[in-house]
Amino acid sequence: MMIGGEHKAIPRAALAECWSCKGPVSVQAIFCHTCGAAQPPRQIDHFARLGFEPGFDLDIDLLEKRYLGFQRSVHPDRFANKSARDRAMAEQQSVSLNEAFETLNDPLRRASYLLQLKGQTASVAKDQTVDDPALLMEAMEAREALAEAESVEAIEKLAIKAGADAINLLSEISKAFAADDLAAANRLTTRLKYLRKFLEETRARRVALESF
Amino acid sequence: MLLQIHEPGETPEPHALERGLAVGIDLGTTNSVVAIIHSHEDRAEVLRDQCGDGLIPSVVAYVGDEPVVGRAALAMQIEQHGRVVSSVKRLMGRGIGDVKMLGGSLPYELADDSAGGMVRLKIDDRAVSPVEVSADILRALKARAETKLDQPVDRAVITVPAYFDDAARIATKDAAALAGLEVLRLVNEPTAAALAYGLDTAAEGLYAIYDLGGGTFDISLLRLEKGVFRVLATGGDAALGGDDFDHALAEWVIADQKLGKLTPVGARALLIAARHAKEALTAQDSVWLDCDVDGHVLHVNVMRDVFDQLVDGLIARTLRACRQVLIDARVEAADVQGVVLVGGSTRVPAVRHRVSKFFGREPLADIDPDEVVAIGAAQQAKALTQGSDTLLLDVTPLSLGIETMGGIVEKVIERNTPIPVTKGQEFTTYQDGQSGMLIHVLQGERETVDACRSLGRFELKGIPPMVAGSARILVKFAVDADGLVTVSAEERLTGAKAEIEIKPSYGLTEDEMAGMLRDSLTHAREDMERRLLIEARVEAERVLLALSAALKADGKLLDAAEKAAIDGAIAQVRQAMSSEDRDRISATVDILEQATHGFAQKRMDRAIAQALTGHSLDEVEKSMATDEPNDRAVADATSAAGRK
Repeated sequence: MMIGGEHKAIPRAALAECWSCKGPVSVQAIFCHTCGAAQPPRQIDHFARLGFEPGFDLDIDLLEKRYLGFQRSVHPDRFANKSARDRAMAEQQSVSLNEAFETLNDPLRRASYLLQLKGQTASVAKDQTVDDPALLMEAMEAREALAEAESVEAIEKLAIKAGADAINLLSEISKAFAADDLAAANRLTTRLKYLRKFLEETRARRVALESF
Repeated sequence: MLLQIHEPGETPEPHALERGLAVGIDLGTTNSVVAIIHSHEDRAEVLRDQCGDGLIPSVVAYVGDEPVVGRAALAMQIEQHGRVVSSVKRLMGRGIGDVKMLGGSLPYELADDSAGGMVRLKIDDRAVSPVEVSADILRALKARAETKLDQPVDRAVITVPAYFDDAARIATKDAAALAGLEVLRLVNEPTAAALAYGLDTAAEGLYAIYDLGGGTFDISLLRLEKGVFRVLATGGDAALGGDDFDHALAEWVIADQKLGKLTPVGARALLIAARHAKEALTAQDSVWLDCDVDGHVLHVNVMRDVFDQLVDGLIARTLRACRQVLIDARVEAADVQGVVLVGGSTRVPAVRHRVSKFFGREPLADIDPDEVVAIGAAQQAKALTQGSDTLLLDVTPLSLGIETMGGIVEKVIERNTPIPVTKGQEFTTYQDGQSGMLIHVLQGERETVDACRSLGRFELKGIPPMVAGSARILVKFAVDADGLVTVSAEERLTGAKAEIEIKPSYGLTEDEMAGMLRDSLTHAREDMERRLLIEARVEAERVLLALSAALKADGKLLDAAEKAAIDGAIAQVRQAMSSEDRDRISATVDILEQATHGFAQKRMDRAIAQALTGHSLDEVEKSMATDEPNDRAVADATSAAGRK
């Protein structure tokens, strides 16, 4: 909604009405500053929900601290004695916090989400054919090596290499986002997705070989 | 004057005095326990009988007019074999295909109408559902608590195996309703144990809870820090426990003694003897199993080595589940700081030995493994009714999905997702002009429909004619803090909606439930009316509190006439609240909300005007930002502002 000139358009969107006391609240507020009622989660991105600017580099300790801090105040356990509406609002907040935290806590999901926020249809999001012959070739070779690995040690070796590659990729993804090179970030994120899948397969193979 | 400051949600309920006490209940396969934390105390008390025994055997005898529960029922097991029910937890939410045979016979007699729905047990000439049996056990626990505490008890936190699926959870809740208990929360057993253990020892770090009970196995990994108990991953087997150890030993005896097919009575007698032998083997290397099975008088020597071999495969199954949760949580066994043993079956030496070898450390059993779950449940009951500094964050143990073309399950929520959670996924039609869509909800880890548990089916109707693949059907799954599932579907172009609260294929129908509630001598209807009245009062209280906070902040926006009109409406609500008339309370609240409409408009207008003139957006935001979470002082001051 536009009010007056375009520079004045923002405030209306940043305000919402508290369902309980009907007063104005910020769209980011979890509780109403006037009556203290838990607010429904409003349409803000996962970064804003946990108090961050959108970006790939994130202080994970702070992320966790904020997530737990917010959950402490809105978890359904805190509202067991409240009215049905209060309970519903708090539960929705708790759901949104879980979703935001789950997305941002995992670098792969964080990268995909960030690409999506920046308007990139991440090739990661859908099962599209990947337009990266080098990656396809690499993935095929890795699969073959895994299929041939007969011992726990041999699988472990492959897993360690893939793990190290994944860590390197993270710093490359970080650099790509920092340089706002979204095409590169997209490509690297797809690569990370493949590595993750491969690591999962190595774990599954390892379990299959282990006996108790 | 000192202001009382509460965390949101910690405010004591205004009508707390009208309610009975809240207890924690461990409704076990073999034994059940009830515990409570008295107000103004920290430590839980397990409610014991005159002999100091905290365990009530989960056994019910249907002889005479009233069901007999506990030790007395246990003593009747052989003489009254057809009328005594044990290990009923294994049948909660289960179909006939899930029941285990012994020597070609079931240790229960099943009623003929069991096919299709939840199994029913045949007791003389009537059919009893596992939900009713569980309700009888819960009634006995409630009665023990009320006798010990000399006060009514009507609310409880009840624990369930973490690996219980939706059907079994709902069956448990239904049983509580029949017994006249409101379930404050279903808490997963290993999580309850972690809570009890963590609060008792102030443990911090990564802990594994290995919970092997009579009929179920759970393994949970939790991170404990600063009062937060966060489940990272959970796994297990809802049909693996001490009963299977008894079974393995009984099967061995049948083969060893060439017993052939047993009668239900014989099977029951042999299982009881096997259990005694198993228990004796905890302290001895060799025991005698003595038993009269269908006319064969048995006197069989059982060596511990033999027993260990018999249960080896069962223990290996638990360890495979342990390996899987470590993988799911992305940690190694060496990262685990402590392994807590829960459940009577962890007394078996072979279990202890293999678990300590797997995790590379001696397991902990500081709190009685039979009581630790009930103690945790009591702690959670206190937290829910009186507030708490601790926080439990749990996960959903099983993936949820729907059936797609070709009998394949498309997962919508993966296992180990923190709850509460809501997730949606879009599906589309596969035929031109398709007007409806059958949605089949499944729970489990496997890829195909027949390998997962069906939670229910429902139909989305009224999809407008479109070409195949162009409808956009959003299927939304919600799992609440009890681990219960709700599914809804919506066609996004037209808004056609369908919603179900999952009624599992093996659950009770509404009619059956209503019938049982009528039959059970609880005053269900009055309870319901009472609950609705309390809800209406709580809601009215909420409206008054919110309004008084708003008036305090912005009352100056009103002129005298407006103020008088609002005050009049408030007085009406207050008067209605002191009555027992629920409809009157709701009506006066509606009138009050209308009377304050103009006031709300003025507040909103002013906030917008302030944002547009003079004040920058930042300032407005700052004056409203209430929620830097780690700054407790800010959060407290905010909530206090609302409650002065």
